[in-house]
Amino acid sequence: MTTIALPSYDDAIGRYEPVIGLETHVELGTNTKMFCGCPTGFGAEPNTQVCPVCLGLPGSLPVANRAGIEATIRIGLALNCDIASWCRMARKNYFYPDMPKNFQTSQYDEPLCTDGYVDVDVDGETVRVGIERVHLEEDTGKTLHVGGATGRIHGATESLVDYNRAGIPLVEIVTKPVTGTGARAPEVARAYVTELRDIIRSLGVSDVRMEQGSLRCDVNTSLNLPGAEWGTRTETKNVNSLRSVERAVRSEIIRQAALLDGGGSILQETRHFQEDTGDTRSGRSKETATDYRYFPEPDLVPIAPDPEWVARLRAELPEKPSVRYARLREAWGIGELDMQSVVNAGAVELIERTIAAGASPAGARKWWMGELARRANETGTDLADVGATPAQVAELQHLVDTGKLNDKLARAVLEGVVAGEGDPTAVMDARGLGVVSDSGALTAAVDEAIAANPDIAAKIRDGKVAAAGALVGSVMKATRGQADAKAVRELILERLSG
Amino acid sequence: MSAISREEVAHLARLSRLAVTEEELDRFAGQLDVILQSVARVGEVTAEDIPPTSHSVPLTNVYRDDVVQPCLTPDEVLAGAPDQAEGRFRVPRILDEEE
Repeated sequence: MTTIALPSYDDAIGRYEPVIGLETHVELGTNTKMFCGCPTGFGAEPNTQVCPVCLGLPGSLPVANRAGIEATIRIGLALNCDIASWCRMARKNYFYPDMPKNFQTSQYDEPLCTDGYVDVDVDGETVRVGIERVHLEEDTGKTLHVGGATGRIHGATESLVDYNRAGIPLVEIVTKPVTGTGARAPEVARAYVTELRDIIRSLGVSDVRMEQGSLRCDVNTSLNLPGAEWGTRTETKNVNSLRSVERAVRSEIIRQAALLDGGGSILQETRHFQEDTGDTRSGRSKETATDYRYFPEPDLVPIAPDPEWVARLRAELPEKPSVRYARLREAWGIGELDMQSVVNAGAVELIERTIAAGASPAGARKWWMGELARRANETGTDLADVGATPAQVAELQHLVDTGKLNDKLARAVLEGVVAGEGDPTAVMDARGLGVVSDSGALTAAVDEAIAANPDIAAKIRDGKVAAAGALVGSVMKATRGQADAKAVRELILERLSG
Repeated sequence: MSAISREEVAHLARLSRLAVTEEELDRFAGQLDVILQSVARVGEVTAEDIPPTSHSVPLTNVYRDDVVQPCLTPDEVLAGAPDQAEGRFRVPRILDEEE
């Protein structure tokens, strides 16, 4: 294979116009699967969350989960879609062991939601991304390929299948082709997936975590000469982070431009994004066109959402995330980047509730984005499950604000709270972590420090107030950090003045 | 005229991952033809005002609540598996498709 010299991105995008399209799968956070009552918890032992329905055993019959239908309609409404007044599920037939039934229950020509849009902000400009359809289907099982050297399917001699995931409700969201974005196509793709993730998170229907696979994205890209017809598109899979969405579009634009420059043509194929290099590699192209032989699912009756139900769901939609973030950003007095970090950490709700419990915006944000975020990262848990509640964080900050704890002690108290030792005040008392406020003990410690450091004391007496820092440190050490540094400093200056 | 060609039978066999011999292609084409012709007779009585029927019962919106029900035990689950390993179904590797 000959290597073609790649043009720079600016070069490529200067000569061609990109058309992109995104297909996103969202695993819903329902308690049970879409068509049976099996639980959906992540990380269970293999094949412990399956039953005759999701195994497709003879005689079993599926019944749709109302919560899954409702979540799909709410997603459709939040994306400004029309909701079908009547539609059916369909069987997508294919031969692959990730579905024991040999078909996936999906939707075909009658999706539940159609024709919507999402407005995304790219560099302060609004770009409207059209939504073609939102439909409901079920997730597949997980296959593990063994026997090969790499664990990949190539060279594997057999596959081991776990059907715990098979049947979990999955919502597929397909955009219309996005044109006219020019050089900003990669940023638009990323901004769209970000906005989509935030909207779905605000609905509370999925935890939308790309790294855990509850939000998955396929990116279609094609190039054409200005004014010409759209080019052949490729579909890039394995795009597992927001950053990867942007990189995948970018590298595919460069790769396709190089091929077209050399007089070549683009093969319509599935490509796989490579996280390490940032480029895409060809999957095996299929010899024959896929033929899924879709037909209406006979075991599930049609879905005909009651207009009153849909109207109520529409009325109950939460505030749009972008609007909400702008409002909170202003109220909290922070910049856009800081707000984005808060959003990415899943801390918006927690900080809001901490403020509602009496903390200042800065105090609330400090704990959630500092100590607690670090801890959540280390233990691989959600911030919400890190072990502290908004009320406890507010109480902690109150203890700091009223001088009962200094910053260092507050961290130790928080550690106790997270360890389940109780509320901050209780932890402070039980561990004896309160700031030494007994003026007698503090004065004694200050006098001791002055006596032990006559040189420094002399400097301070001469007006070199900055030297007090050394004495403060000495007192803090003597009180094992349990004094309020500011109070110590004042006391030192007071003892040495006059 | 036959409703299904030999090539179509070969295509269906490929989709179903069935190894069908040349001789079987002819035989199945004939058999499937009888089935399809029989089904096609339904078309003779369809009328303009009757929409295609996918469901024989006039029901819509049959749902269940999102409440967990008991699952099968791992032994029950794997009882019907042709082979198993590590609590999983063991199947031959799949040649034609990439995940």
